[in-house]
Amino acid sequence: MNYHSRKLLKLNLAPWRMATVGGLLLSGLVLVAGRALYLQGLNTDYLQGKGDAVANRNLTLPAHRGQVSDRHGQLLAISTPVESLWARPADLVLSAGQRVQLAKVLGVSPQELAITLARKTRGEFSVRRPVTPEQAVKIAAMGVPGLHLRREFRRYYPAGEVAAHVVGFTNVDDLGQEGVERAYQDWLAGREGQRHILRDRRGNTIRDLAPIKTAQMGGNLALALDLKIQYLAHRELAAAIKTHKAKGGSVVVLDAKTGEILALANQPIFNPNNRRNYKPGPMRNRAVIDTFEPGSTIKPFVAAAVLERGLFHPDSVIQTPETWRVGAKLVRDVHPHPQMTVSEIIQKSSNVGAVKLAMSLTPQQYWEVLHRSGFGELPGSGFPGETAGRLRDASTWKPVEHATMAYGYGLSVSLLQLTRAYMAFANDGEVMPLSFLKREPQEIAGVRVFSPSVAREVRAMMEAVTQEGGTGLRTRVPGYRVAGKTGTAHKLVDGRYAADRYLSSFVGMAPASNPRLIIGVVIDEPSDGVYYGGSVAGPVFAQVMAASLRQLALPPDAPETATRVTQNSLSVRGGV
Amino acid sequence: MSRLNVAMALVLVVCALAVIQAQHRSRTYFVELERLKKEARALEEQWGQLQLEQGTWANPARVDALARTRVGLVAATQERIHVETEREETRTGEP
Repeated sequence: MNYHSRKLLKLNLAPWRMATVGGLLLSGLVLVAGRALYLQGLNTDYLQGKGDAVANRNLTLPAHRGQVSDRHGQLLAISTPVESLWARPADLVLSAGQRVQLAKVLGVSPQELAITLARKTRGEFSVRRPVTPEQAVKIAAMGVPGLHLRREFRRYYPAGEVAAHVVGFTNVDDLGQEGVERAYQDWLAGREGQRHILRDRRGNTIRDLAPIKTAQMGGNLALALDLKIQYLAHRELAAAIKTHKAKGGSVVVLDAKTGEILALANQPIFNPNNRRNYKPGPMRNRAVIDTFEPGSTIKPFVAAAVLERGLFHPDSVIQTPETWRVGAKLVRDVHPHPQMTVSEIIQKSSNVGAVKLAMSLTPQQYWEVLHRSGFGELPGSGFPGETAGRLRDASTWKPVEHATMAYGYGLSVSLLQLTRAYMAFANDGEVMPLSFLKREPQEIAGVRVFSPSVAREVRAMMEAVTQEGGTGLRTRVPGYRVAGKTGTAHKLVDGRYAADRYLSSFVGMAPASNPRLIIGVVIDEPSDGVYYGGSVAGPVFAQVMAASLRQLALPPDAPETATRVTQNSLSVRGGV
Repeated sequence: MSRLNVAMALVLVVCALAVIQAQHRSRTYFVELERLKKEARALEEQWGQLQLEQGTWANPARVDALARTRVGLVAATQERIHVETEREETRTGEP
């Protein structure tokens, strides 16, 4: 068993050979150890950095902005990813041939492109936001260093100009600039997430190196808007603006029971999908932001105020001469009648009558009714830039102002505010808070403005407006009872009332037996000779109301008109 | 004693192989998960684009124009509307 004892196996080597081999092996070991020390110890940061650059990645998890839809889920705004072209001037290497090619793809001249790319910026700048998918493919194929595509979300508005004023729009950085987009920016905006990952050679993600910060997608919004009614309002308003050669106009459709804004259209319009050539004028949501003097549409509030105090009954007779002097002001009626009842004052829109009614109240009493109805107060829709209008304090009123206030001069309102105030008459005295968002009926509590009996009496007066002898004959809707009030106001131009410039308005509700919809219409400067509210704004009201009632499938409440009412032959009384 | 050692060594080898196998499977699944997530994202984007397309086709202005010109629809006049007053009653009547 002892190998060393065998003679044959005894090593017989020259010692120098042992030393040489041993030395070689040792020096090899020293070399490897030295290299290892160099790599692991001295140069480690650099190498670790290089390695991480290949394998470690910080990923940004994209989060898109929430969708906006109408009350039935029809899309009004959606974010969808598009590519955009960015340049990093420090790395940019572009040959002349490539420049020509790139210019061709982008559809600009090579000179223009050269100017764009010559921008001296540190970091990066965008060359084109966004590029089309076809352009993106071609640019990616060129593989120019310093030029890269970046995926971004872009906002699209499928309803386009129809709902533009309500929905608003975002800027290139996805920040809401106007309308609902701005009002609910925090809710709609998404928050990007972060991920730290390890990648293999093929670019697959192998594992997460840090806990994932999940991207938070923007919340979706369902607006109160009904796109069909919105379209009808938009269409009828546009048609009226054209026929009457008017400067502009607005329509507001409110749900009388819930205070939801079912439609809000303005003219002129803008296209939110086209970000170029933005002009501030057409972008303004006139119905919410602009104010006007309401003219005769204020008279139902005068009637409500005197009825409420028991000063008059709807049938009280009042002497109404053609003219009536208050201080230095001569109030005049266009169609005079020697005497009228309170109802007839509203029906025929008598200025003298309204002044006499209002003067029977103290300024404080009249102010209090207007204030309670929401004039001079923000309507509370939450829309950016919403105006409170103007209602001066009663203590500053002069008698002349007290008088003019009775037929709607000396105070200013927005159309949304005025339409909201009419909710008191439509809803038996209760005003529901306005909302641009769809909401459930149980979550709202109204504010009582008038007693139910006063609201009903004034509503009956306003129904007479649309009947024989009233100013609103052209606001009738076949099959339904309609109540409303016309308004025709001279415009204030450079501090004076212009004799030939008008604002024609109509605010009305239907079905009058139990109003469901309130529609306010105002037309700015109709200039084809017709300017009475009943003839200019009235037909718009009638068209939109008829179509909206049909849309909501509300049963007619005026069966004596042409509608045939038949007993349903299929019905069986007393259960099946 | 040495037999036990050999057995333990074998178990150890098997365990080591199992760890390798499990690690490999985990990576494969992870890659698969990543791929599916990516696909989900792509599908979501496509869904958004389809919604957008649908919204564009269903644009009321377009539907209005097509209904009038291509299909020749007209709004029903008042004379042609029948209101069935009893229907509501039958529906909500006693069972």
